[in-house]
Formats: sequence, structure tokens, C-alpha cells
Amino acid sequence: MDKKSIYPHRFLPYFLIAPQILITFVFFIWPAGVALKQAFLISDPFGGESEFVWFEIFEILFEGDQYLNSFARTLGFSFATVFLSMSIGLLMAVLINRTIRYKRLTRTITILPYAMAPAIAGILWMFLFHPTFGSIGYFLNNVLGFEWNPTLNESHAFILVIIAASWKQISYNFVFFTAGLQAIPKSILEAAVIDGAGPIKRFWSIIFPLLSPTLFFLMIMNMIYSFFDTFGIIHTTTEGGPGGATNILVYKVYTDGFVGLDLGQSAAQSVILMILTIFITIFQFKFIEKKVNYL
Amino acid sequence: MIEKNKFLDILTFVFLIIGIIFIIFPIYYCFIAATHDLATVMKSPMPLYPGVELFHNFQKAFVKVNMSQQLINSFIMAMSITIGKISISILSAFALIYFNFRGKNILFWMIFITLMLPVEVRILPTYEVASNILSPINKIIHVLSNININLEFSLLNSYSGLVIPLIASATATFLFRQFFLTIPDEICDAAKIDGATPMQFFFKIILPLSKTNIASLAVIIFVYGWNQYLWPLLITTSPNMKTSVVGLQDLIPKVDELPEWNVAMAAGLLILIPPTLIVIIMQKWFIKGLIDNEK
Repeated sequence: MDKKSIYPHRFLPYFLIAPQILITFVFFIWPAGVALKQAFLISDPFGGESEFVWFEIFEILFEGDQYLNSFARTLGFSFATVFLSMSIGLLMAVLINRTIRYKRLTRTITILPYAMAPAIAGILWMFLFHPTFGSIGYFLNNVLGFEWNPTLNESHAFILVIIAASWKQISYNFVFFTAGLQAIPKSILEAAVIDGAGPIKRFWSIIFPLLSPTLFFLMIMNMIYSFFDTFGIIHTTTEGGPGGATNILVYKVYTDGFVGLDLGQSAAQSVILMILTIFITIFQFKFIEKKVNYL
Repeated sequence: MIEKNKFLDILTFVFLIIGIIFIIFPIYYCFIAATHDLATVMKSPMPLYPGVELFHNFQKAFVKVNMSQQLINSFIMAMSITIGKISISILSAFALIYFNFRGKNILFWMIFITLMLPVEVRILPTYEVASNILSPINKIIHVLSNININLEFSLLNSYSGLVIPLIASATATFLFRQFFLTIPDEICDAAKIDGATPMQFFFKIILPLSKTNIASLAVIIFVYGWNQYLWPLLITTSPNMKTSVVGLQDLIPKVDELPEWNVAMAAGLLILIPPTLIVIIMQKWFIKGLIDNEK
């Protein structure tokens, strides 16, 4: 992997890489270390020595169902968001790939949500679904006679954040699926037509399997998105409520730390999230290595 | 198009229309609300055609909160993150590829780790470091020599606080590293024979060759920087330092306030314009950047 042409210099490379390393150390490695320490040590409020308590803080965290509930909600939220945003992204990519007219326009429209901050996407959807001011909210309440109210009803709030989070991520999936579709050789599809395979059969037996590396990659990226980047959506729409219905893990770390000011609990949650992220990342890199070998 | 199928064409068309409406409707609704006066927005359901109050609502948004300052803050933040991230990643990738130095692998892994830990998973300790960026030095000196010093430099409510923690990037470094690996060794040899110093080689050859990579990366990073939410939310408390995406929350009508959704949506529209324009105008770069950045 290394270059053969290398400059012999003693100090210059350190100088070049220093800014990156310094920031990495101060804002990534140091805080991660502090979180680890806070998750295993209970410090004496009077400034004395802090005490190493093994997994006591984690035990407290898992006592009662609050944290486990949040975990379950995160999984549900994540699963629904990944599924919805990926299937709509794939559908849009297939549809636009099939059309001849207005390809550019439809493509441009489909990538628009990418430009939007999750926080703003949350606000737009909350407004649309607002029980008194939003069109969809009005339609649900006054036309369908459904008692829609995401500020009071837990499942309504949950549905609202899933829709907002999925909508925001459609563009991302669309871009990758479009690239994946364009990489499929036309000749294979033409051969299938000659063999008499209909469009649905072609999709499931040729296009879908050939897209599987993209599918897998996107599944991981969307999972990371739904775990972390959706903070803004939760914060601007439901603030974790009602009754903790949308209190996903990343939002809980924030509220326990900054609103509840519980250092140990927040740190323990940070540690769990870090382990989770490291796990996902390693998984992803293993997969990418494999994919490179296939190419 | 591989075969002619009237039924499938109609189906494609119908689903495409539904998909496009789903994607565009929240943005359109935001625009419509931004063009009406309060009385019209409060009417349920709100009409779906535009009114004439757009500029009036813009004005109101600027008066209600310090929108102009917040937009400037967003712009400074997004621009600085873009420039900073690209500069430090390209320099570190250059160091990693064109030099041999001790500890190269360790440093490479240190950068790699940043990939794994988004701000969201280590919120509280990162905030603590930002509130006194010299605290690691204090701690290290205390541990090494048992001398208590108290150097203090806070990044809270400052541009450097908004920007610096976000400019370390493993993905950008990897992207440049991968690209440098494809540059033939002969180019570097030729530069050496001509007597070019490493930095001359960098500025005269490497930088111009990286132009397309830089352009596509810049689009992605600008949008990323503009849309940041959690970090600016934590680090800025003064309204004059808030970014526009965070500041928008203050315009969202609360329960006992006048429901001025029209003003909120006008402000939202303004905040959406810069990243949206960039994504539309630089679409080609944006798609390349997105796909490169994740591989």
C-alpha cells in the first residue's frame, strides 16, 4: 500500500499531521477517556478521592425499565426508519430510472431533503401534522374523524418522528441506489427479456440481488443515521415525549446529562453508545474489505 | 427502456407522482405558510395556494430574533468547517502517504478512531473539554508532577468552539489518502529530480490534482456544517452566537403564544435556501462527494 517515492524528512510530516492529531486527541480521545472514567468512578462530592465502583453505575442504569424501554424504542424507531427510507429510496430510484422524461427534474426534487437539517425537517413535519394548524393533522381529525394528537398520544408522536426521520433520509438512499442501478449492465436485463422474464421477475431475480452490496452498506449507514443524526428531529418535535415515547438513546444521554445533570449515568450511557458504534463500525469495515475483494 | 409496456408505464407514472408529492409537499407547505398572514395560517385548513405576505414575514422573522446575525453565524460556521476540514485532512493524508516517520501507524489509527465516535455519543465530556480547552493540560501536569495549575480557555460562545471540534475527520483523510495512492510514483520522482521541496510538490502538483475531490467534498461538508444541530445547541448560549438552524426553535410558537407559524416558516425557508441551492447547483459534485465520502 505504501508509496515507493517517499520524502525523507524528519519533522515536516509531524508538523503536517499535528492539527488533525491535536483535535482528535482533545475532542475525541480525551472525552472518551473521561466518559469511561466517570462511568466507573463515583467521585466524592466534597472533593476527596473518587472511588472505583466497578459496574455499579451500569447496574443502576439497568434497574427499572427506563433505560431498557429507551433501548427498545430506539430499536423500533431505527428499524422502521431504516425500512421506510430505504424502500422509498429504492422505489424512487427504480421509478426514475425507468422514466425517460423529466429525469433531471425528478432526480433534483428527490435529493432535496438531503439539504435540509434534521431539526428543520422535524419542524416541517410537525407543522404539517399539527392537530390544529397542519393540513394533514386537520385531515386526520376533521375528515377521517381520527383523534390525532402527537403532543398527547404516544404512538402518534412515535409515528410522527419516524415519518420525519425517514423522509429526510430518502435522498441519501436514492443517490446510492441510483448509482447501484446504473452499474447494472443493460445486457443482462436484455438477456432476461429475451428469456421472457417480466419486469417484476427481473427486479427480484436480477436487480435486487445485484444491488445487495448497496443494500447492506445502506442498512449500516441508515442505522447509524437513525441512532445519532435524528437528535435534531426529536429535539424540535417531541423532546422525547409524550411519556418518554420518543426518548431514544441519544436523546436520553443528552437529557440525563444536561437537564438531569447526572454525570455518572450520562457517562455510562455514553460508554454503551460508544461500544455500540465501535461494533457497527468494525462490522462495516469488515464488510467493505470483503466488497473490495469481489471487485 | 428495455421493453414497451403500457400498463407498467402508467404504474410508474402514478407511483412517481405520489413519491414526488410526498417528498416535495412539506417544503411546499412551508413555502405556502410563509406567504400568508397570521389570520390565513390560523384558518384550518390553511389554503394551499401562495399569498402575498412573504417579505413581510421575512421582516418579522428578522425583528423577532436576531436572524441576520444567526444566518451570518451559520455561514461562518459552515465555511470554516469546510475549509478547515479539507485543509487538515489533505495535509494529514499527504503526510501519511508521502513520508515515512515513526509512529505513523499509531497516528493513522488515532485518526481512524474519530470515525467511530460521533459527538452524540460523548456529549457531556466533549462539552467539558470545550468549556476549558486547557483542562487536559492541567490534568496531565497534575498527574505527572502533582502540581496544581489552572489554565483556562473556554470555547463556549465562540466561533472557534463551533468549528474546531468538528473539523477533525477520518472520512475526508481516507478519501484523500485513497486518491493519493492512485497518483503514479513517477510524478513524485520527477518532482524530486527537478528539485522540488515537499511543500512545493504539494502546492504545485498534489493540490491541483485534487481539485475535483476537493470540490465534491466541499459541497458535502458545507451542507453538513450548515445543518449541525446538537453541537451548536450545547456550545452557544447567547442568542447572538446561535446558528440559524438552532435559532429557528425560538420562532416555533409555544402553547400559550400567538401561533405565528407563518413567521417561523418564513425563517425556515430562508435557512433552507443556502444548502438547497448548493445541492441543486452543484448536483454533480454533490453526488460524487456523497458516494466518494462513504466508500
